[in-house]
Amino acid sequence: MRHALSLLLLLVWSALPTAFAQTADLNDAQLERYHELNAELRCVICQNRSIAESDAPLAKDLRGIVARQLAEGRSDDEIKAYLVERYGEWVLYDPPFSWSTWVLWLGPFVLLFVGLVFVIAVMRGRYRAPEPRPPLDRERLARVLKSHEAGPDDTDKDRS
Amino acid sequence: MRWRLIVPVVVVFALIVMLGYGLTRNPSELPSAFIDKPAPSFDVPTLDSDQERITDAAFQGNITLVNVWASWCVACRAEHELITEISRRTGVPVIGLNYKDTREGALRWLGRYGNPFAVVAFDPAGEVGIDWGVAAVPETFVVDRDGTIRYKVVGAITREEMNDTLIPKLRQLKQAS
Repeated sequence: MRHALSLLLLLVWSALPTAFAQTADLNDAQLERYHELNAELRCVICQNRSIAESDAPLAKDLRGIVARQLAEGRSDDEIKAYLVERYGEWVLYDPPFSWSTWVLWLGPFVLLFVGLVFVIAVMRGRYRAPEPRPPLDRERLARVLKSHEAGPDDTDKDRS
Repeated sequence: MRWRLIVPVVVVFALIVMLGYGLTRNPSELPSAFIDKPAPSFDVPTLDSDQERITDAAFQGNITLVNVWASWCVACRAEHELITEISRRTGVPVIGLNYKDTREGALRWLGRYGNPFAVVAFDPAGEVGIDWGVAAVPETFVVDRDGTIRYKVVGAITREEMNDTLIPKLRQLKQAS
């Protein structure tokens, strides 16, 4: 069992270099950027997938371009600009903030704010403060208590 | 207290309108990054011969239709006769860009279905295709006299598209000179 497992590991390990042939000339830091960039770039034919996830030939080509340009020492922004020039801002999963994307960026916060205002308005209506109590009228209280004290005696007499 | 009734109705209505708009749009139609921008430059051999080259200088002075195609592309065959018809009806030359194809396959395809192209640029690796922002074949570009891209069709051209958009567009550009 242990032998089988190590054999499997060995197989996977030996297959790795061919699987990542495109990235052969990248150093570790570049390789990390390569994977980050690929995850941020959208595949234009198999939409809703990044080029890192997609098996489409075009995604493979684009990964190749990313790898080549990284090897040439280009910055992430330069590589993104290169692709945006060709495929439009659509290829970016993180579109930059601009006049055409402000709704996208600010919309959720606006909705959250509107929702909060609505909730607060509803809560206020529901938990309205109770009516203020009228001030204590001590004279009247004394009078009522007195009549109450006297009262039971009177009724008792009547009943007996 | 009437607003309590009106606000949700308005909000729901606005949502319905927005979702309806989103649903009726074709998600595979991406806004093109190229409209009214200069056509990307290229310098590649033609399909006929490795010795002959074609560059973006071919656009100068002529309104041109650029059709990206491949012999393995089924939709290209569907629009093939329309490409021929557009060229015949407007007199606009069509430059083909043969994308990720083999010379043999492409030439056989043209032999079988007819050749509507004035000249075909040969791009077996798809490098020109990437410069032109081609996502999937076929794609068709209208290039103006000065080499500016004026219009782009993604996917196979339909007969309506040809009659309602492409041919009027080409005629309009021709008259503009």
